[in-house]
Amino acid sequence: MIIRRSLVTGILLTMVGHVDAGVLPEDRADILYHLYDGGGVEIDGPSILVRKKLGTSVSIVGNYYVDMVSSASIDVITTASPYTEERKQWSLGMDYLRGASTIRFNYTSSTESDYDAETISFSVSQDLFGDMTTLTLGYALADDKIGRSDDPTFERHLDKQVYSIGLTQILTKNLITTLNFETITDEGYMNNPYRSVRYFDSGSAVGYSFEPELYPNTRTSNALGIRARYFLPYRAAIEGRYRFFTDTWNIEGHTFSLSYIHPWRQWTFTGKFRYHDQTGADFYSDLFARSEATNFRGRDKELSPLTSYTFKLKAAYEFLSDDGNDWGFVKRGTVTASIDRLHIDYHEFSDLTALGTIGNEPLYKLDADIFQLFFSFWY
Amino acid sequence: MKVKSLPTGRIFLSFLLLVGLSGCSVEPWVKPYDRGHLADPIMELDADVVSTSYMQHVFEAREGTRGGEGVVGGGCGCN
Repeated sequence: MIIRRSLVTGILLTMVGHVDAGVLPEDRADILYHLYDGGGVEIDGPSILVRKKLGTSVSIVGNYYVDMVSSASIDVITTASPYTEERKQWSLGMDYLRGASTIRFNYTSSTESDYDAETISFSVSQDLFGDMTTLTLGYALADDKIGRSDDPTFERHLDKQVYSIGLTQILTKNLITTLNFETITDEGYMNNPYRSVRYFDSGSAVGYSFEPELYPNTRTSNALGIRARYFLPYRAAIEGRYRFFTDTWNIEGHTFSLSYIHPWRQWTFTGKFRYHDQTGADFYSDLFARSEATNFRGRDKELSPLTSYTFKLKAAYEFLSDDGNDWGFVKRGTVTASIDRLHIDYHEFSDLTALGTIGNEPLYKLDADIFQLFFSFWY
Repeated sequence: MKVKSLPTGRIFLSFLLLVGLSGCSVEPWVKPYDRGHLADPIMELDADVVSTSYMQHVFEAREGTRGGEGVVGGGCGCN
Protein backbone atom coordinates (compact mmCIF):
# COMPACT_ATOMS: atom_id res chain seq x y z
CA MET A 1 0.00 0.00 0.00
CA ILE A 2 2.86 2.35 0.90
CA ILE A 3 4.57 1.51 -2.40
CA ARG A 4 1.35 2.21 -4.25
CA ARG A 5 0.91 5.60 -2.53
CA SER A 6 4.52 6.52 -3.28
CA LEU A 7 3.98 5.53 -6.89
CA VAL A 8 0.91 7.73 -7.24
CA THR A 9 2.76 10.62 -5.58
CA GLY A 10 5.71 10.10 -7.89
CA ILE A 11 3.47 10.08 -10.95
CA LEU A 12 1.76 13.29 -9.85
CA LEU A 13 5.15 14.91 -9.24
CA THR A 14 6.23 13.79 -12.69
CA MET A 15 3.16 15.46 -14.13
CA VAL A 16 3.76 18.59 -12.07
CA GLY A 17 7.37 18.65 -13.21
CA HIS A 18 6.37 19.49 -16.78
CA VAL A 19 6.72 23.24 -17.17
CA ASP A 20 4.01 25.40 -18.74
CA ALA A 21 3.00 28.98 -18.01
CA GLY A 22 0.06 29.77 -15.73
CA VAL A 23 -1.80 33.04 -15.41
CA LEU A 24 -3.31 34.88 -12.47
CA PRO A 25 -6.98 35.97 -12.55
CA GLU A 26 -7.67 39.49 -13.87
CA ASP A 27 -7.95 42.46 -11.48
CA ARG A 28 -11.66 42.97 -11.10
CA ALA A 29 -14.44 44.29 -8.85
CA ASP A 30 -18.09 43.19 -8.77
CA ILE A 31 -21.01 44.80 -6.96
CA LEU A 32 -24.07 42.55 -7.00
CA TYR A 33 -27.62 42.82 -5.68
CA HIS A 34 -29.55 39.55 -5.36
CA LEU A 35 -33.19 38.86 -4.64
CA TYR A 36 -34.91 35.49 -4.09
CA ASP A 37 -38.68 35.60 -3.88
CA GLY A 38 -40.79 32.46 -3.66
CA GLY A 39 -42.68 30.06 -1.41
CA GLY A 40 -43.28 32.77 1.21
CA VAL A 41 -39.55 33.50 1.51
CA GLU A 42 -37.84 36.69 0.47
CA ILE A 43 -34.03 36.90 0.64
CA ASP A 44 -32.05 39.82 -0.70
CA GLY A 45 -28.77 41.61 -0.15
CA PRO A 46 -25.48 42.66 -1.70
CA SER A 47 -22.35 40.77 -2.66
CA ILE A 48 -19.14 42.72 -3.26
CA LEU A 49 -15.97 41.16 -4.61
CA VAL A 50 -12.60 42.83 -5.19
CA ARG A 51 -9.59 41.10 -6.71
CA LYS A 52 -6.12 42.66 -7.14
CA LYS A 53 -2.69 41.43 -8.20
CA LEU A 54 0.29 42.18 -5.99
CA GLY A 55 3.34 41.97 -8.23
CA THR A 56 3.50 39.23 -10.83
CA SER A 57 2.89 36.13 -8.75
CA VAL A 58 0.24 36.98 -6.13
CA SER A 59 -3.42 37.90 -6.45
CA ILE A 60 -5.65 38.60 -3.45
CA VAL A 61 -9.43 38.50 -3.35
CA GLY A 62 -12.03 39.63 -0.83
CA ASN A 63 -15.78 39.10 -0.80
CA TYR A 64 -18.55 40.46 1.42
CA TYR A 65 -22.01 38.91 1.11
CA VAL A 66 -25.30 39.48 2.95
CA ASP A 67 -28.59 37.52 3.01
CA MET A 68 -31.51 39.42 4.54
CA VAL A 69 -34.18 36.78 5.09
CA SER A 70 -37.89 37.25 5.66
CA SER A 71 -39.46 33.82 5.94
CA ALA A 72 -43.02 32.55 6.07
CA SER A 73 -42.21 29.35 4.18
CA ILE A 74 -44.47 26.29 4.20
CA ASP A 75 -42.29 24.68 6.94
CA VAL A 76 -42.44 27.81 9.07
CA ILE A 77 -46.18 28.48 8.84
CA THR A 78 -47.00 24.79 9.48
CA THR A 79 -45.05 24.38 12.72
CA ALA A 80 -43.57 27.74 13.79
CA SER A 81 -43.88 31.53 13.32
CA PRO A 82 -42.64 33.76 10.50
CA TYR A 83 -39.26 35.34 11.22
CA THR A 84 -36.63 37.69 9.86
CA GLU A 85 -32.91 36.92 9.89
CA GLU A 86 -29.66 38.27 8.54
CA ARG A 87 -26.61 36.29 7.44
CA LYS A 88 -23.30 38.02 6.79
CA GLN A 89 -20.39 36.32 5.12
CA TRP A 90 -16.94 37.54 4.28
CA SER A 91 -13.98 35.80 2.75
CA LEU A 92 -10.34 36.47 2.00
CA GLY A 93 -8.25 34.52 -0.47
CA MET A 94 -4.88 34.47 -2.12
CA ASP A 95 -3.60 32.94 -5.38
CA TYR A 96 0.12 32.31 -5.65
CA LEU A 97 1.48 31.58 -9.13
CA ARG A 98 4.78 29.81 -9.62
CA GLY A 99 5.54 28.68 -13.16
CA ALA A 100 2.60 26.58 -14.27
CA SER A 101 1.34 25.96 -10.72
CA THR A 102 -1.19 28.03 -8.83
CA ILE A 103 -1.71 27.59 -5.10
CA ARG A 104 -4.89 29.05 -3.57
CA PHE A 105 -5.85 29.69 0.04
CA ASN A 106 -9.21 30.95 1.19
CA TYR A 107 -10.85 31.73 4.52
CA THR A 108 -14.61 32.27 4.81
CA SER A 109 -16.61 33.31 7.84
CA SER A 110 -20.40 33.34 7.98
CA THR A 111 -22.51 34.57 10.91
CA GLU A 112 -26.20 34.48 11.76
CA SER A 113 -27.89 34.92 15.13
CA ASP A 114 -28.10 31.11 15.48
CA TYR A 115 -25.54 29.72 13.00
CA ASP A 116 -21.81 30.47 12.64
CA ALA A 117 -19.56 28.84 10.07
CA GLU A 118 -15.86 29.04 9.32
CA THR A 119 -14.23 27.46 6.28
CA ILE A 120 -10.61 27.22 5.21
CA SER A 121 -9.75 25.88 1.80
CA PHE A 122 -6.61 25.10 -0.11
CA SER A 123 -6.04 24.00 -3.70
CA VAL A 124 -3.21 23.42 -6.15
CA SER A 125 -3.62 23.74 -9.94
CA GLN A 126 -1.13 22.64 -12.53
CA ASP A 127 -1.17 23.46 -16.25
CA LEU A 128 0.04 20.57 -18.39
CA PHE A 129 0.63 19.59 -21.99
CA GLY A 130 1.17 23.05 -23.47
CA ASP A 131 -1.59 24.56 -21.28
CA MET A 132 -4.21 22.29 -22.82
CA THR A 133 -4.89 20.59 -19.49
CA THR A 134 -5.31 21.97 -15.99
CA LEU A 135 -5.38 19.59 -13.05
CA THR A 136 -6.65 20.89 -9.68
CA LEU A 137 -6.58 19.18 -6.30
CA GLY A 138 -8.50 20.83 -3.46
CA TYR A 139 -9.27 20.42 0.22
CA ALA A 140 -11.56 22.41 2.51
CA LEU A 141 -12.37 22.16 6.20
CA ALA A 142 -15.46 23.77 7.72
CA ASP A 143 -16.46 24.15 11.36
CA ASP A 144 -20.09 25.14 11.97
CA LYS A 145 -21.67 26.13 15.28
CA ILE A 146 -25.44 25.76 15.52
CA GLY A 147 -27.60 27.51 18.10
CA ARG A 148 -31.27 28.19 18.79
CA SER A 149 -32.74 31.67 18.95
CA ASP A 150 -35.12 30.61 21.77
CA ASP A 151 -32.51 28.76 23.85
CA PRO A 152 -29.16 30.47 24.52
CA THR A 153 -27.77 27.30 26.13
CA PHE A 154 -28.26 25.23 22.96
CA GLU A 155 -25.01 24.66 21.07
CA ARG A 156 -24.13 21.94 18.57
CA HIS A 157 -21.24 21.50 16.14
CA LEU A 158 -20.80 20.25 12.62
CA ASP A 159 -17.46 19.49 10.95
CA LYS A 160 -17.24 19.24 7.21
CA GLN A 161 -14.37 18.19 4.94
CA VAL A 162 -14.31 18.57 1.18
CA TYR A 163 -11.93 16.69 -1.14
CA SER A 164 -12.00 17.65 -4.79
CA ILE A 165 -10.20 16.91 -8.00
CA GLY A 166 -10.85 18.79 -11.22
CA LEU A 167 -9.62 18.53 -14.77
CA THR A 168 -10.06 21.19 -17.46
CA GLN A 169 -9.21 19.99 -20.95
CA ILE A 170 -9.06 21.76 -24.31
CA LEU A 171 -10.19 19.13 -26.80
CA THR A 172 -10.35 21.07 -30.06
CA LYS A 173 -9.89 24.72 -31.05
CA ASN A 174 -13.66 25.14 -30.44
CA LEU A 175 -14.30 22.83 -27.49
CA ILE A 176 -13.33 23.01 -23.84
CA THR A 177 -14.42 20.47 -21.20
CA THR A 178 -14.19 20.02 -17.45
CA LEU A 179 -14.49 17.07 -15.13
CA ASN A 180 -14.95 17.56 -11.37
CA PHE A 181 -15.18 15.00 -8.62
CA GLU A 182 -15.95 16.02 -5.06
CA THR A 183 -16.33 14.04 -1.86
CA ILE A 184 -17.83 15.80 1.15
CA THR A 185 -17.95 14.30 4.65
CA ASP A 186 -20.02 15.73 7.51
CA GLU A 187 -19.83 14.80 11.14
CA GLY A 188 -22.01 16.39 13.80
CA TYR A 189 -25.39 18.07 14.06
CA MET A 190 -27.17 18.29 10.73
CA ASN A 191 -30.77 18.77 11.89
CA ASN A 192 -32.51 22.03 11.57
CA PRO A 193 -33.29 22.59 15.28
CA TYR A 194 -36.64 24.24 14.48
CA ARG A 195 -38.08 21.66 12.13
CA SER A 196 -40.41 18.81 12.98
CA VAL A 197 -41.67 15.56 11.52
CA ARG A 198 -45.33 14.61 11.27
CA TYR A 199 -46.79 11.35 12.61
CA PHE A 200 -50.22 9.71 12.91
CA ASP A 201 -51.84 10.60 16.23
CA SER A 202 -55.40 9.43 16.79
CA GLY A 203 -55.58 11.58 19.91
CA SER A 204 -55.15 14.75 17.87
CA ALA A 205 -58.17 16.55 16.35
CA VAL A 206 -56.49 16.69 12.90
CA GLY A 207 -55.26 13.10 13.11
CA TYR A 208 -51.56 13.90 13.31
CA SER A 209 -48.99 15.63 15.55
CA PHE A 210 -45.41 16.89 15.22
CA GLU A 211 -42.18 16.01 17.01
CA PRO A 212 -38.57 17.20 16.52
CA GLU A 213 -36.71 15.69 13.59
CA LEU A 214 -33.61 13.58 14.23
CA TYR A 215 -30.88 13.20 11.62
CA PRO A 216 -27.90 10.83 11.52
CA ASN A 217 -24.65 12.41 12.74
CA THR A 218 -22.66 11.52 9.65
CA ARG A 219 -23.06 11.99 5.93
CA THR A 220 -20.69 11.35 3.02
CA SER A 221 -21.54 12.45 -0.48
CA ASN A 222 -19.90 12.03 -3.87
CA ALA A 223 -20.58 14.23 -6.86
CA LEU A 224 -19.24 13.92 -10.38
CA GLY A 225 -19.76 16.83 -12.75
CA ILE A 226 -18.92 17.08 -16.44
CA ARG A 227 -19.22 20.15 -18.60
CA ALA A 228 -18.49 21.03 -22.22
CA ARG A 229 -18.64 24.41 -24.00
CA TYR A 230 -18.49 24.70 -27.76
CA PHE A 231 -17.78 27.77 -29.91
CA LEU A 232 -20.31 28.02 -32.74
CA PRO A 233 -19.18 29.18 -36.20
CA TYR A 234 -21.14 32.48 -36.10
CA ARG A 235 -19.60 33.59 -32.75
CA ALA A 236 -21.90 32.19 -30.13
CA ALA A 237 -21.42 29.40 -27.58
CA ILE A 238 -23.39 26.43 -26.35
CA GLU A 239 -22.76 24.60 -23.08
CA GLY A 240 -23.98 21.31 -21.68
CA ARG A 241 -23.56 20.10 -18.11
CA TYR A 242 -24.37 16.98 -16.18
CA ARG A 243 -23.85 16.08 -12.53
CA PHE A 244 -24.37 12.77 -10.80
CA PHE A 245 -24.77 12.82 -7.03
CA THR A 246 -25.00 10.07 -4.43
CA ASP A 247 -24.68 9.99 -0.65
CA THR A 248 -24.89 7.74 2.41
CA TRP A 249 -28.44 9.01 3.11
CA ASN A 250 -29.45 7.26 -0.10
CA ILE A 251 -30.14 10.43 -2.05
CA GLU A 252 -29.28 10.05 -5.72
CA GLY A 253 -29.46 13.06 -7.98
CA HIS A 254 -29.11 13.84 -11.68
CA THR A 255 -28.73 17.44 -12.84
CA PHE A 256 -28.61 18.53 -16.49
CA SER A 257 -28.34 22.00 -17.98
CA LEU A 258 -28.06 23.52 -21.41
CA SER A 259 -26.96 27.13 -22.03
CA TYR A 260 -26.75 29.29 -25.09
CA ILE A 261 -24.58 32.46 -25.15
CA HIS A 262 -25.02 35.01 -27.92
CA PRO A 263 -23.05 38.29 -28.19
CA TRP A 264 -24.49 41.19 -30.18
CA ARG A 265 -22.58 44.50 -30.38
CA GLN A 266 -21.93 45.56 -26.75
CA TRP A 267 -24.45 43.03 -25.45
CA THR A 268 -24.12 39.39 -24.41
CA PHE A 269 -27.33 37.40 -23.98
CA THR A 270 -27.54 34.06 -22.18
CA GLY A 271 -30.41 31.60 -21.99
CA LYS A 272 -30.26 28.52 -19.81
CA PHE A 273 -32.45 25.59 -18.83
CA ARG A 274 -31.57 23.43 -15.82
CA TYR A 275 -33.27 20.18 -14.82
CA HIS A 276 -32.69 18.42 -11.50
CA ASP A 277 -34.17 15.18 -10.20
CA GLN A 278 -33.40 13.43 -6.92
CA THR A 279 -34.58 10.54 -4.79
CA GLY A 280 -35.35 11.10 -1.10
CA ALA A 281 -33.27 10.38 1.99
CA ASP A 282 -33.98 6.96 3.44
CA PHE A 283 -35.06 8.46 6.80
CA TYR A 284 -37.42 10.96 5.15
CA SER A 285 -41.18 10.58 5.45
CA ASP A 286 -44.06 12.96 4.93
CA LEU A 287 -46.06 11.13 7.59
CA PHE A 288 -44.57 8.64 10.06
CA ALA A 289 -46.72 5.76 11.34
CA ARG A 290 -46.29 6.79 14.99
CA SER A 291 -44.17 8.86 17.33
CA GLU A 292 -40.46 7.90 17.25
CA ALA A 293 -41.27 5.34 14.56
CA THR A 294 -37.67 5.12 13.29
CA ASN A 295 -34.17 5.74 14.68
CA PHE A 296 -33.71 8.74 12.37
CA ARG A 297 -36.49 10.86 10.93
CA GLY A 298 -36.78 13.98 8.86
CA ARG A 299 -39.42 15.90 6.93
CA ASP A 300 -37.28 18.62 5.32
CA LYS A 301 -38.72 19.07 1.86
CA GLU A 302 -35.19 19.29 0.44
CA LEU A 303 -34.73 15.63 1.43
CA SER A 304 -37.95 14.55 -0.29
CA PRO A 305 -37.86 13.09 -3.78
CA LEU A 306 -38.22 16.14 -6.03
CA THR A 307 -37.82 17.49 -9.53
CA SER A 308 -36.84 21.09 -10.24
CA TYR A 309 -36.81 23.16 -13.43
CA THR A 310 -34.98 26.47 -13.82
CA PHE A 311 -35.21 28.87 -16.76
CA LYS A 312 -32.64 31.66 -16.92
CA LEU A 313 -32.40 34.80 -19.03
CA LYS A 314 -29.38 37.04 -18.67
CA ALA A 315 -28.23 40.19 -20.46
CA ALA A 316 -24.85 41.90 -20.02
CA TYR A 317 -24.01 45.30 -21.49
CA GLU A 318 -20.44 46.59 -21.85
CA PHE A 319 -20.67 50.33 -21.19
CA LEU A 320 -16.92 50.81 -21.00
CA SER A 321 -14.52 49.05 -23.34
CA ASP A 322 -10.75 48.74 -23.03
CA ASP A 323 -9.99 50.17 -26.48
CA GLY A 324 -9.52 53.69 -25.13
CA ASN A 325 -11.62 55.45 -22.47
CA ASP A 326 -11.14 58.26 -19.98
CA TRP A 327 -12.08 56.43 -16.79
CA GLY A 328 -8.53 56.56 -15.43
CA PHE A 329 -7.34 53.21 -14.12
CA VAL A 330 -10.63 51.44 -15.00
CA LYS A 331 -10.20 49.60 -18.29
CA ARG A 332 -13.56 47.97 -18.80
CA GLY A 333 -17.04 47.95 -17.26
CA THR A 334 -20.22 45.89 -17.68
CA VAL A 335 -23.67 45.83 -16.16
CA THR A 336 -25.54 42.52 -16.02
CA ALA A 337 -29.14 41.65 -15.15
CA SER A 338 -30.51 38.14 -14.88
CA ILE A 339 -33.70 36.42 -13.85
CA ASP A 340 -34.12 32.74 -12.98
CA ARG A 341 -37.54 31.15 -12.69
CA LEU A 342 -37.35 28.10 -10.40
CA HIS A 343 -40.14 25.54 -10.15
CA ILE A 344 -39.95 22.55 -7.80
CA ASP A 345 -42.35 19.59 -7.69
CA TYR A 346 -42.04 17.73 -4.40
CA HIS A 347 -43.09 14.12 -4.87
CA GLU A 348 -43.61 13.23 -1.18
CA PHE A 349 -44.10 16.51 0.66
CA SER A 350 -47.70 17.49 1.34
CA ASP A 351 -49.09 20.99 1.50
CA LEU A 352 -50.70 20.99 4.96
CA THR A 353 -52.24 24.41 4.38
CA ALA A 354 -54.51 22.89 1.71
CA LEU A 355 -57.63 20.85 2.48
CA GLY A 356 -57.41 17.08 2.28
CA THR A 357 -57.89 13.99 4.38
CA ILE A 358 -54.86 12.93 6.40
CA GLY A 359 -52.23 11.41 4.15
CA ASN A 360 -54.06 12.62 1.04
CA GLU A 361 -53.26 16.32 1.12
CA PRO A 362 -52.11 17.75 -2.23
CA LEU A 363 -48.36 17.73 -2.87
CA TYR A 364 -46.52 20.99 -2.39
CA LYS A 365 -45.06 22.93 -5.35
CA LEU A 366 -42.68 25.85 -5.18
CA ASP A 367 -42.28 28.73 -7.61
CA ALA A 368 -39.53 31.27 -7.07
CA ASP A 369 -38.02 34.19 -8.98
CA ILE A 370 -34.32 34.86 -8.54
CA PHE A 371 -33.16 38.27 -9.68
CA GLN A 372 -29.56 39.54 -9.94
CA LEU A 373 -28.18 42.91 -10.98
CA PHE A 374 -24.44 43.54 -10.94
CA PHE A 375 -21.75 45.92 -12.11
CA SER A 376 -18.28 44.60 -12.98
CA PHE A 377 -15.12 46.64 -13.45
CA TRP A 378 -11.71 45.52 -14.72
CA TYR A 379 -8.66 47.65 -13.88
CA MET B 1 -15.34 -21.96 -14.50
CA LYS B 2 -13.40 -19.42 -12.50
CA VAL B 3 -13.14 -16.06 -14.19
CA LYS B 4 -9.99 -14.11 -13.36
CA SER B 5 -10.80 -10.47 -12.61
CA LEU B 6 -8.89 -7.72 -14.35
CA PRO B 7 -6.14 -6.06 -12.25
CA THR B 8 -7.88 -2.67 -12.51
CA GLY B 9 -5.60 -1.04 -9.90
CA ARG B 10 -2.46 -1.93 -11.90
CA ILE B 11 -4.06 -0.83 -15.15
CA PHE B 12 -4.99 2.51 -13.57
CA LEU B 13 -1.49 3.03 -12.14
CA SER B 14 0.10 2.08 -15.47
CA PHE B 15 -2.16 4.58 -17.19
CA LEU B 16 -1.22 7.31 -14.69
CA LEU B 17 2.47 6.48 -15.11
CA LEU B 18 2.14 6.62 -18.89
CA VAL B 19 0.34 9.97 -18.73
CA GLY B 20 2.83 11.31 -16.20
CA LEU B 21 5.93 10.29 -18.12
CA SER B 22 4.49 11.44 -21.40
CA GLY B 23 3.94 14.91 -19.88
CA CYS B 24 7.32 16.00 -21.21
CA SER B 25 6.71 14.67 -24.69
CA VAL B 26 3.01 15.23 -25.52
CA GLU B 27 2.70 17.85 -28.20
CA PRO B 28 -0.37 20.07 -27.74
CA TRP B 29 -2.65 19.23 -30.65
CA VAL B 30 -4.39 22.61 -30.35
CA LYS B 31 -1.56 25.09 -30.85
CA PRO B 32 -1.54 28.40 -28.94
CA TYR B 33 -2.15 30.28 -32.21
CA ASP B 34 -5.28 28.14 -32.78
CA ARG B 35 -6.92 29.16 -29.50
CA GLY B 36 -8.52 32.43 -30.64
CA HIS B 37 -12.06 31.08 -30.25
CA LEU B 38 -11.28 29.63 -26.82
CA ALA B 39 -9.92 33.02 -25.69
CA ASP B 40 -13.16 34.77 -26.65
CA PRO B 41 -14.94 36.07 -23.48
CA ILE B 42 -18.05 34.02 -24.36
CA MET B 43 -15.94 30.87 -23.85
CA GLU B 44 -14.87 31.81 -20.31
CA LEU B 45 -16.28 29.04 -18.11
CA ASP B 46 -16.77 30.97 -14.86
CA ALA B 47 -16.88 34.54 -16.09
CA ASP B 48 -18.96 35.86 -13.16
CA VAL B 49 -17.77 34.15 -9.99
CA VAL B 50 -19.98 36.23 -7.68
CA SER B 51 -23.13 35.32 -9.59
CA THR B 52 -22.15 31.65 -10.00
CA SER B 53 -21.44 31.27 -6.25
CA TYR B 54 -24.77 32.88 -5.43
CA MET B 55 -26.77 30.54 -7.69
CA GLN B 56 -24.88 27.54 -6.32
CA HIS B 57 -25.84 28.64 -2.81
CA VAL B 58 -29.52 28.94 -3.86
CA PHE B 59 -29.60 25.43 -5.34
CA GLU B 60 -27.79 23.89 -2.35
CA ALA B 61 -30.38 25.43 -0.03
CA ARG B 62 -33.39 24.25 -2.10
CA GLU B 63 -32.22 20.79 -3.14
CA GLY B 64 -30.68 17.85 -1.28
CA THR B 65 -27.54 17.59 -3.41
CA ARG B 66 -24.22 19.44 -3.38
CA GLY B 67 -20.70 19.54 -4.79
CA GLY B 68 -19.11 18.59 -8.08
CA GLU B 69 -19.13 22.15 -9.36
CA GLY B 70 -15.92 23.58 -7.98
CA VAL B 71 -16.83 26.37 -5.51
CA VAL B 72 -17.05 25.92 -1.73
CA GLY B 73 -19.68 27.98 0.14
CA GLY B 74 -20.29 28.60 3.82
CA GLY B 75 -23.14 29.03 6.25
CA CYS B 76 -26.70 27.91 5.99
CA GLY B 77 -29.34 30.55 5.16
CA CYS B 78 -31.53 27.69 4.09
CA ASN B 79 -34.72 27.78 6.15
